[in-house]
Amino acid sequence: MASPSLMETLFQRGLDDIIKGVRHQQSSTESIFISRVIEEIRREIKSTDLQTKSTALQKLTYLNSIHFIDMSWASFHAIECISSPAFSHKKIGYLAISQSFSESTPVILLISNQLRKDLKSGNEFEVSLALDCLSRIGTVDLCRDLASEVFILMSSSKVFIRKKAIGVVLRLFEKYPDAVRVCFKKLVESLEGSDSPIVSAVVGVFCELSAKDPRSYLPLAPEFYRILVDSKNNWVLIKVLKIFVKLAPLEPRLAKRLVEPICDHMRKTGAKSLVFECIRTVVTSFTEYESAMKLAAAKIREFLMEDDPNLKYLGLHAISIMAPKHLWAVLENKDVVIQSLSDEDPNIKLESLRLVMAMASESNLMETCRVLVNYALKSDPDFCNEILGSILSTCCQNVYEVIIDFDWYVSLLGEMSRIPNCKKGEEIENQLIDIGMRVKDVRPELVRIARDLLIDPALLGNPFLHRLLSAAAWVCGEYVEFSRNPVELMEALLQPRTSLLPSSIRTVYMQSAFKILIFCMHSYFLQKEDMTSEVSDLASKRECSESSDLATGKALVQSDQDEGFNPRESNQSFEYPSVVDTGDGQSSTPTFMEKKSLMHESIVNLLNLMELVLSPLSGSLDVEIQERACNVLGFIELVQQEFSNPLIQKEANLDREEVIASRVVEWVHDGFTEELGPVSVTAQDRVPIPDELVLKENLTDLEAICGGVELPAPGSFSLTSPYYGESAVFSVSNLQAEEDSEPSTESTSLLTEHRKRHELYYLPSEKNKIPANDYPPANDPSSSINTNDATEDLVKLADQSLVSKRKPNHAKPRPVVVKLEEGEAAPVVSKKPELKDDLLSGAIHDILLGNEAKAASSQSNPFDKSSSKRKGKAKHVDLLDSKENLAVGEQPNHENPSSRRSKHRGDGKQKSKKSKGKKNGDGREDDGEKESQKIRDHHGRHKSRQRADAPINVVPQTPDIPDYLL
Amino acid sequence: MIRFILLQNRQGKTRLAKYYVPLEDSEKHKVEYEVHRLVVNRDSKFTNFVEFRTHKVIYRRYAGLFFSLCVDITDNELAYLECIHLFVEILDHFFSNVCELDLVFNFHKVYLILDEFILAGELQETSKRAIIERMGELEKLE
Repeated sequence: MASPSLMETLFQRGLDDIIKGVRHQQSSTESIFISRVIEEIRREIKSTDLQTKSTALQKLTYLNSIHFIDMSWASFHAIECISSPAFSHKKIGYLAISQSFSESTPVILLISNQLRKDLKSGNEFEVSLALDCLSRIGTVDLCRDLASEVFILMSSSKVFIRKKAIGVVLRLFEKYPDAVRVCFKKLVESLEGSDSPIVSAVVGVFCELSAKDPRSYLPLAPEFYRILVDSKNNWVLIKVLKIFVKLAPLEPRLAKRLVEPICDHMRKTGAKSLVFECIRTVVTSFTEYESAMKLAAAKIREFLMEDDPNLKYLGLHAISIMAPKHLWAVLENKDVVIQSLSDEDPNIKLESLRLVMAMASESNLMETCRVLVNYALKSDPDFCNEILGSILSTCCQNVYEVIIDFDWYVSLLGEMSRIPNCKKGEEIENQLIDIGMRVKDVRPELVRIARDLLIDPALLGNPFLHRLLSAAAWVCGEYVEFSRNPVELMEALLQPRTSLLPSSIRTVYMQSAFKILIFCMHSYFLQKEDMTSEVSDLASKRECSESSDLATGKALVQSDQDEGFNPRESNQSFEYPSVVDTGDGQSSTPTFMEKKSLMHESIVNLLNLMELVLSPLSGSLDVEIQERACNVLGFIELVQQEFSNPLIQKEANLDREEVIASRVVEWVHDGFTEELGPVSVTAQDRVPIPDELVLKENLTDLEAICGGVELPAPGSFSLTSPYYGESAVFSVSNLQAEEDSEPSTESTSLLTEHRKRHELYYLPSEKNKIPANDYPPANDPSSSINTNDATEDLVKLADQSLVSKRKPNHAKPRPVVVKLEEGEAAPVVSKKPELKDDLLSGAIHDILLGNEAKAASSQSNPFDKSSSKRKGKAKHVDLLDSKENLAVGEQPNHENPSSRRSKHRGDGKQKSKKSKGKKNGDGREDDGEKESQKIRDHHGRHKSRQRADAPINVVPQTPDIPDYLL
Repeated sequence: MIRFILLQNRQGKTRLAKYYVPLEDSEKHKVEYEVHRLVVNRDSKFTNFVEFRTHKVIYRRYAGLFFSLCVDITDNELAYLECIHLFVEILDHFFSNVCELDLVFNFHKVYLILDEFILAGELQETSKRAIIERMGELEKLE
């Protein structure tokens, strides 16, 4: 031995030294110490002496696992250690590898040979190390290379090795699905027996596999059933139950068989874990078996009575699984549920909250919510929001089906938003707007609630409520006709603290204020029309009584005009004190409103107020705010000239002066009052394509126009029409070029021609660009249908009220809730199965079902055979399709399936050769097909008879095999 | 399936971490921090289950050490709780009256025991005696 390495070995610090060293460091010097140790390790690990090397590696592994020190640089040294003949070095090497290697480790392929060597080793401990390692780091390549070794180990004479090999199979299948062809039979065979550790391992593997794709394992149901009945091992039983939970929905006949043994276990076993698993299985999968449910409920009751919080929690959890279909279980345990709401443990509280909400029905909803909101006020912020969230989600279920009294609910929403810890602004926002649009009758109350929210300046300080305030602002603007005092709303919307709002919400405020202004002016003009026909002396009376008000109003206008409309100037001088001024001026307005009369000067005041608040905003940096401010200011300017004229003049020229203003206001008002109802997601599809609209033709026109322009670059962005399959590919650059190249006159003439033909779809060409009354409403035809349907739905809902059979008698009838007939949920996006799973399940299908199909078809007539083959082909093409979708590198030609098929066919040939013996015998030999044999042992007895009787129609390749459990 | 197993003390120092799903080092760090925060302040009268991201953590406290198992949301809580206890019993037997320091200084042995106990995220052996015996044989090989 070379002397330097001897020196190193003698003076090397061991693992213990390092651990002690790190422990003795202060936290400040720890990193320095560690980096020094790392330096040392880097030196030692290069040593030729394996002892030194492995000790260094072990130290590094320690530092990596505890202190997250990078050890990827040492991966090659780890491989050197596992190739050592000494077990202790190997052990250290394997630990380092399983700790630090990942798929992307560059040297990972180098261990392939060493792993193979160790898997074949006579020393079972070395085999075990290699298996552990493979289970942890196996890559696609490793799994492919080593599948056959693992397969051999699956039939090892040592239980301990076999068990581990089975455990590794899971990783093998996941990474390299083709391994199924080799190992699956062995795996199924290992299910024999019922209590050996082997079965435990296999059941664990199947439990994982069936979680991903249960259908493939349906044919194994008899095996699992046998284990369920025979096994005494709780762990195995739990896993088998988990498998059955996955299988039961796929095969309705399973449930009948399973209920009895499961109930048996539930009655007999003393292990709580097993009892709970039985309960969970019953309440999730066998809900229609009354006796089993009763037993489960009794067991749950026992859980709830325990002192152990775990059991109590699990009991509540089980009830909440039952709740949707078996509400009686909740009601039976009502006392415990309510009591648990004040439990210390957050899990228990949460679970009982869910149950309380599950119990909520039309009859007790108000009471429940009252209690919960009060409870929310007292609880910690997190749970408070949980409570609020669950109230909100329960109440809005199925378009608010539990709510009878919407006035109450809206006021509850208002109350909830005032709870200090409330963070549910967004949900409340959605519901406020949703209810506003759906339920006409509740709008007055809604506006009142919204007003209360808007008027409270404190709420503006809570960022969680901003969304909610935006909803309130929108409601006030949209349904201002129900307001008792629009002027007050206007002030609330324009109050100084709105500057705290984010710009997107501020724009909603501004728009709503504009709507209110239009409303006020509109009603003023209406009133005026009425009044002009009436007495004129009333006007003179009014004049003298309000001269003082007038003066301030006029003064303000005057000063405004003096200052000009320069936003910069008014910024300093006028920002907010003006609001106070006008506020004073308006202090008498409520009385006006009560009299339902809007005075000229109050309109002037409104205009002034808006102008004062918005003019600084016309210089805002946010484009939305700026634009809205400018729009409103422009409007104000338009109408103000007439309004600000002296009163005397107004008297004289009433008709002429205000006529323009009133017309403008009329138009805008009409625009705002046009109500937009909810639109179904599928509404677009129902619009028939106009006859004149020929997409293709238009495109060829485009071709002609773009003819001179060169083709778009391959990278350019394309628009594909998803509806007509016709892909309209044109690039932005093309359009650009088109614009440039074509004389503008031609395009405009085209445009005018188009306009002539489709006048309906253009906005009217008035100068002021205000949408006119005759603009086609978005969903006119459907909305009329909807209301009818909604009432029908309501009747239905009332009939099937959930809990209380007696109908609650309410003072007022439930208002109509607008609902779209086919449900408004977004179309369900079907989840694409992963490629790996697909391959795996495909492979397992072939093994489990394909074999049977082949065996059967080999016996049946040729017609039958061809049909089954065709089916099989279709399956493979499916498989390929999904592959094409997901994998990029795959060649999407149709040679692939045939090559795959040929492989299967090869398989099939072997099988059919073997099964030839079956033709002679009674279908009872067949060593190569033990698993399918075994399946047949259980269900095949009558089936084989069936086959003999009527061989033509039996193609048992789909999972719909006759009763498994015979 | 077990996603990972963590042994942490009350200060949040990790004493053992074994992951059965591939995670980056930085992600492991985050996970350990989060799990510690989840379990450390829970009262002993609370349930031993906490939701963790899309999974759940089953934990149990022994003296100053938290044993946490991260499992699928549908897995049987009680069974894994027993599983933790079994693991602790094995450790206790193997180190005869185990303490935190034993685990620190023999971290590689703890990993070996764990490998006998759990493989690829699945429980391998539910017999305490079998594992102890195997560990004895392994010790002899050294």
